[in-house]
Order: sequence, then structure tokens, then C-alpha cells
Amino acid sequence: MRRSFARHQTPFLLIAVLGLIALASALSDNDSVRVTLTEMFIRVTVVIGLYVFIGNSGIISFGQIGFMCIGAYAAAWATADPSFKQIMLSGLPAFLQDNQYPFLVAMAGSLVLPAAVALCLGAAIMRLSGTAASIATFAFLIIVNSVYSNWDSVTAGVSSIIGIPTVAGPWTTYIFAVLAVLAAYLFQISRFGLMLRATRDDEVAARASAVKILRMRLAAFVLSAAIVGAGGGLYAQFLGILTVDPFYLDLSFITIAMLVVGGMFSLTGAVTGVVVVTAIVELLRLLERGVPAGSITFALPQGSQEIGLGIVMALILIFRPSGLSKGREFAPFPAKPAEVASSPARLPLAGEPERATR
Amino acid sequence: MIQLLQNLIDAISLGSIYALVALGIGLLFGILRLINFAHGDFITIGSYALIVPSADVTARLLIGAWAWPVMIPTICLIVVIVALLTDALAFRPLRRASSPTLMIASFAVSYIIQHGVLMAYGSRPKAVDLWSGANTQVLIGDLRVPMLQLITLAVTLVLMLAISLFLKKTSYGVQMRAAAEDFRMAQYLGVRGNVVIGIAFAISGILAAAVSLLYTTQSGSLSYTMGVPLALFAFVAVVVGGMGSLVGAVVGGFTIGFIVTMLQAYLPPDLRAFRDAFAFAFVILVLLVRPAGLVPARSTFERV
Repeated sequence: MRRSFARHQTPFLLIAVLGLIALASALSDNDSVRVTLTEMFIRVTVVIGLYVFIGNSGIISFGQIGFMCIGAYAAAWATADPSFKQIMLSGLPAFLQDNQYPFLVAMAGSLVLPAAVALCLGAAIMRLSGTAASIATFAFLIIVNSVYSNWDSVTAGVSSIIGIPTVAGPWTTYIFAVLAVLAAYLFQISRFGLMLRATRDDEVAARASAVKILRMRLAAFVLSAAIVGAGGGLYAQFLGILTVDPFYLDLSFITIAMLVVGGMFSLTGAVTGVVVVTAIVELLRLLERGVPAGSITFALPQGSQEIGLGIVMALILIFRPSGLSKGREFAPFPAKPAEVASSPARLPLAGEPERATR
Repeated sequence: MIQLLQNLIDAISLGSIYALVALGIGLLFGILRLINFAHGDFITIGSYALIVPSADVTARLLIGAWAWPVMIPTICLIVVIVALLTDALAFRPLRRASSPTLMIASFAVSYIIQHGVLMAYGSRPKAVDLWSGANTQVLIGDLRVPMLQLITLAVTLVLMLAISLFLKKTSYGVQMRAAAEDFRMAQYLGVRGNVVIGIAFAISGILAAAVSLLYTTQSGSLSYTMGVPLALFAFVAVVVGGMGSLVGAVVGGFTIGFIVTMLQAYLPPDLRAFRDAFAFAFVILVLLVRPAGLVPARSTFERV
């Protein structure tokens, strides 16, 4: 029993740490704290989704935020006020137009729809090598953005969908973050996860060992899309109002920044990155609003929050390229042999010719 | 027939803008394996350098009001300095990093530059009047061609010619091609890596400055994200053309310009709003059929 805890301690510790943070929100009756934490747990879910694909396969995907968009709209279609849907979203099928579904049904939709899209897209683009696949995911993000902001009868175009019940609070989103941690961990220790990381570290050797690269990558891509989509569904039911704008390059940048800051190649890194970056951003935001120091108020100019985030990320890339977690899992209790699923992080990625000395 | 020719001219003009941007991105990719997202922001900087720095809504030209023989070199100089600074501050410490790391770093640089511009100039788009005389139309037979399109085409041809002469005839050009072929080997043979990379950044800065002037003249407005769509399309052009091949970047640029213009002209009106979706779906298609691009570069083949 103890041994198996020591072996699989990482997810439980991560869940416990996140739980403590969630508890802090329950103790504070400050609304802005609750909002910040809810947002943070949604991002934990999304970034873990990113990690499942990027961390295990080594292919940077800029397109996962597209799945968040798809998931968010799926949830909105299910839960928005029918009277709104009948007027504004006349292109929706009747069963969606006339009914308002409960939270869990909506979440199921925001898991399944992105996963289905990922299955079709992934079957095509997972054949590509690293850089080409990155570009293809990028093209996918632009396609999703273009379709969702112009398909007026189904997505209300550039105007927003309103009347979504705001049922997602800190605890609900915490539970989904926990589920995401567990799903990502189970995938990581499964044979699929192991084989996929083998393709990341040495594609040729993995292929020679009969690893079916396409299938492994596709599995991770679909799971990742489902998790990110769930994050989107939560986001819609947290805000209560939905437009296409947030699901684009900026969010893509911020979520990838979180993953890089924490460390791309470990689950601990994904979670740490979100928590640390959220803390930094909140601190900078506080400074932007101004801190009274004696008689004068010290305030950073508008925009320093974004610039600060950019600089932090550049510094991390330069001085700690494998992120705060160094690509390792958080495991303070010794398990006998080194069994935590991870590997040296600074290997050249699949499909990249190594270019070492400059 | 006339309509088709008109569309073709539009396609060539748009394509040459994309080709110039793609060339700037492709040059750096060839040597550094860096996909430079920040290239679009070099263009933004070139355009904003024309006006007086302030957060006012109306833009007053400062450098932009100077006579063109002084103004063009000044803008080029400013953008080149910014490009060299990004290299020195962000990319030089990352010389040994992998290609995805570099790509993410350039994302960070782009984010910093964009919000720096936002901080200095405010977030609202500004109208500027730069060389608006160039937007008059010239009649060639039955064709109406905006003067600016001819200028764009001429500038593109001159710059491409200059770059290919530089790469073929000068010592530094040969060193650059050698570095693009095999960086390590070139270094062993006495090519100074940082000098060559610096020159590549400088050239991509000059290209960005040229695009910023052409684009600002055409659109007559500035915004802190103006470079992003240009870089996006060019970025895709580089991939479609074939990563690491300069000819490929140019071919890709013209291909993307052609596709976008033709989709705009011949898609049914209902679907026209989805132009970008079709264009990028086509990109995925090209990648699937020819993963190495239309003009594959020798040096990007995977080595075991």
C-alpha cells in the first residue's frame, strides 16, 4: 500500500495542493478571489490538456485553444436560454434550440465534440513531422476562429451568446481540474503514454521498436482535445456570456507560456506553471492598479502586466529551459527504484535534426 | 477576361507583400531554425516609427514627413536596430536551444513588442496619411492598376534581386548560405556564427521596414497588432513553400497571395466570410500532400 502510494504520489500531491488553494477560496468571502481561483482552475484543466499532447509527444500545438472554443460553444448550445437560442441561433438543430440541458450533459458535449473534431483532424495531420504539424495546428486555430466568428446562425457571429447559467464556481472547476490531473496521469503511465514519449525522445528508435507513431500521437491528441474542450465548457458556464474573441492567439500564448514556465515535459510542470503564472499576473495587475506608498501611489503603467509575463517567459527559456519543474515530477517521498514517469527533458524533439554547438 | 486580369494583378501585388515578409522569416529559419513570430512586430515598429510617439488618437507624422531619401534609410535603421536588439537580448542566449523553444521565445518577444507599442502609443488604431498620392490609378489598356501595386511589385523585384546578388556574389552571402546548409561545419571552416546571424537579422529588418512602408501607404492606418496577420500568412507561406528554402518562401508568398485573392473574388458571397478558413484549410492540404513544401530545401531532410 505504502509502496504504491510512493510510486503514484505525484497526482495525489498535486490534487492536495490544488485542494488547499481551493480551500482558501472557501474561507475568503471576497468575490474577486473566487473569480481568480475559478479562472485558475479552468486554466489548470486547459494547460493539463495541452500537456497531455505537447508534453508527451514533443510537438508544440498552437491549436488546442481551438478545441477550447469548440467545447465552450458546445456547452453554450446546450445550456443557453431556449428563448435566446430560438431567436439568435436559428441554425441549431431543434433538440438544442428547444431545450435547456443540465450542467453534466453540457460538459459531456464539450468533451465529445472537440474529441470528435480532434479525431478527424488528427488522423490527417499527425502524419506530419514536428514543425509541419505545429503549423497545421496553427492553421486549425485560425480556421476555428474564422468559422465561429462568421457562422452567424449557429454561433451568433461576432455578437455574444448570453443567458448561459453560471454554475461553475471554484469547487466545480476544482473537481474538473482533479479529473484532468488523474486522466493525464493515467495516460502518462499507460503503455500508450510510454510509447509516445519514446517517439518524442527518439523517433527513429521508437519506430524501429514497432511503436505505431501515428496511433500514439492521435490518442494523445484526442484526449488532449477532450480535456481542453472540458476547460472551454467550464469557461462558458463560468462567464455566462460567450464570444469567439478570447479563444485566439493571446490565450494560446498565455497557456503555452504557463506550460513552458512550469516545464513542458511533466504533469507537475503543467500545474506549477498555471499557479505561478497566475500569481505573477495577479501581482502585476495589483501593481498596475497602484500601491499606496506613503503619500504617493506607486503604479506601473498599463500593459506592464503583459510585458512582465513576456519577460518572465523569456527569462525562463534562457536560464531554465526545462521549466521550474526541470521536466521532473514532484515526488518528495522516495519510492525504491526511480519509477516516476519522466525522462531527461533537454533532448532534441522528434523530427528535429540536432543542431548543438553554435 | 478583364476581371480575371485585374484579379491576377491584385494577387501578384498581395503575393509580393507576403513574399517579402516570408523572405524575412525564411532567411532566419534557414540559418537559425528559428520561426520568428516577432517578424510581424518588426513591421509594426517600422510603421509606428513614422509618427510622433504619443497616445493621442490622431497621429502626427514625424519621420514620416521627412523627404523620402532620408526617411526610408531612417526607418530601415530603426527596424534593423530593433531586430539586432531582439537577437542580442533574446535569441543569442538561446543559440543551443531546440527549434520549438526558439519558436516559443519569438512568441514571447512578439508579445513584449506588441504591448510595448500599446503602452507607448495607446491601443486605438490611428489614421496616417503616408504618400497617399501613390493610391492613384494608372490605366493600362482597359485595366485600372493602382500605382502602389506597381511600386510594390518593383520594390519586391529590386529587393529580391539585391538579396540574391548578396547571397551569390559577396563573401558574407556565401558564408550565410554555407551556414544555412550546415551551421556547425561552416563554423569549423571559419564562418563567424554571430556575425552571419546578425546580418540575417539586419536583412530581415530591412525587409520588414520595406513592408511596413508599403503596407502603411496602402492601408492608411496603424494598430499595435497590424503586423500579426501579415506574419501569420507569411509564416504559412514559408511552410507551404518549403521551410529553409528562400526560393520556396517567395513561391509560397505568391501562392498564398494568389489563393487569398482568388477565394475573395470567386467564392460565393455566402461563403466569402470564411475566406481565411478556406485558405488555411488549403494550407493543411498542401502540407499533407507535400510535407516538405512546394520547393523542398535539401538541409531540412531528416537525418538519422
